Amino acid sequence: MYKSPSNNNELDHLISLLSKIPGLGPRSARRAALQLIKKKDVLMRPLANALASVAENVHPCSICGNLDVENPCHICESSKRDRSLICVIEDVADLWALERAGSFRGLYHVIGGTLSALDGVGPDDLNISGLVERASDPELKEVIIATNATVDGQTTAHYITEQLKQFEINITRLAHGVPIGGELDYLDDGTLITALNSRRPF
Amino acid sequence: MEWRDQGVILSSRKYGEYDVILEVLTREHGRHAGIVKGGIGRRHRGNVQPGNEVTVTWRGRLETHLGTYSVELLRARSVAFLYNPAKLAALNSCCSLLCSAMAENEAHEILLDGLLAFLTELEAAKDQIDYWGPLLIRWELGLLTELGFGLNLDDCAATGSTENLIYVSPKSGHAVSCDAGEPYKDKMLKLPRFLTENGVEANIADIKEGLELMNFFIERHMLAPFNKKTPQARRMLMEHIL
Repeated sequence: MYKSPSNNNELDHLISLLSKIPGLGPRSARRAALQLIKKKDVLMRPLANALASVAENVHPCSICGNLDVENPCHICESSKRDRSLICVIEDVADLWALERAGSFRGLYHVIGGTLSALDGVGPDDLNISGLVERASDPELKEVIIATNATVDGQTTAHYITEQLKQFEINITRLAHGVPIGGELDYLDDGTLITALNSRRPF
Repeated sequence: MEWRDQGVILSSRKYGEYDVILEVLTREHGRHAGIVKGGIGRRHRGNVQPGNEVTVTWRGRLETHLGTYSVELLRARSVAFLYNPAKLAALNSCCSLLCSAMAENEAHEILLDGLLAFLTELEAAKDQIDYWGPLLIRWELGLLTELGFGLNLDDCAATGSTENLIYVSPKSGHAVSCDAGEPYKDKMLKLPRFLTENGVEANIADIKEGLELMNFFIERHMLAPFNKKTPQARRMLMEHIL
């Protein structure tokens, strides 16, 4: 239980909210709150304005599920994007990671998680029906499934593949194996087995 | 308190930002849960996948506490199934059935041995379900037996005959011969031949009948008393096959 250092309800409320942010606990929330108070004009007010603006304006894209101020999002609207490619990802964080890499020029589809029997996440809880709808577009040639290489991620990938079978499109997945800069000695057994099984001519 | 045991991971659920709650079917402590600190991280995530064979060290103040696990990977079994939808569905089905039906902290060594044997066969079998479907059904039959709800498929409930056993009584779980079951055939469950005769090859229809037979008794005996329904993973396996 968080113990108030200040006897100040507003400050306590701020610290309690900050401590709910991923990566921050009560102690780092207190430090963040102090920093904000010390730098009211350069940090606190701009941050408050930015938060209010994002809360007001940022929404999930009705086509791909990306977060943007426009709907459809700037990626779905862009004429420079290859509309014959859709990359299926679990989360917006994955979309940002792929965009950071800058090597994918197609469109995205965020399904919003993975199937998980124990957590009660079924196909209806994910945005898979939207993907099936998009797959009927005659312009689409390939769907790249970029779910995580975990049991849940691959279960979801197989389910999506099953749903897309009816369309005449290529369904591919990301390669799994040795990461760039990875040393074999430090890799786990599963990655090594996958890398060996997916080897290709040099 | 501290103990060390071997087992197979049944489930791995995210807990907070960095940790996972792991359920492991252990040899001496049965189905047992614990927190793996940093289980989400790059170092551990591959190890804490369902189906992997591990050695775990559990630490907790009291036996009833959730406690923490430290995990050493013995064999990364899940990787062998990741790229085959039917085999992955079978792995998910086995793990979720054990999670749903087994009592916690109750040792069932035979279930662990059965699961390990099944996973080994599943890994080695060809991809088509005809090759490993009968094994899965036998494993489920063994699960029912070990948890006290075994079916009697050796002779006919009505006549005692050991020939032509093609039905199972939904009431008693006892096999019924063709002649004795004929008047009640609409109410009887179908018994695939490979469960009563050695050396009989099973086709998809037999496997479907076997899975439906097991599903009936698993749902009635193991899940309904706890107000649970057939786990999603097993339903998906059935859908995949049918």
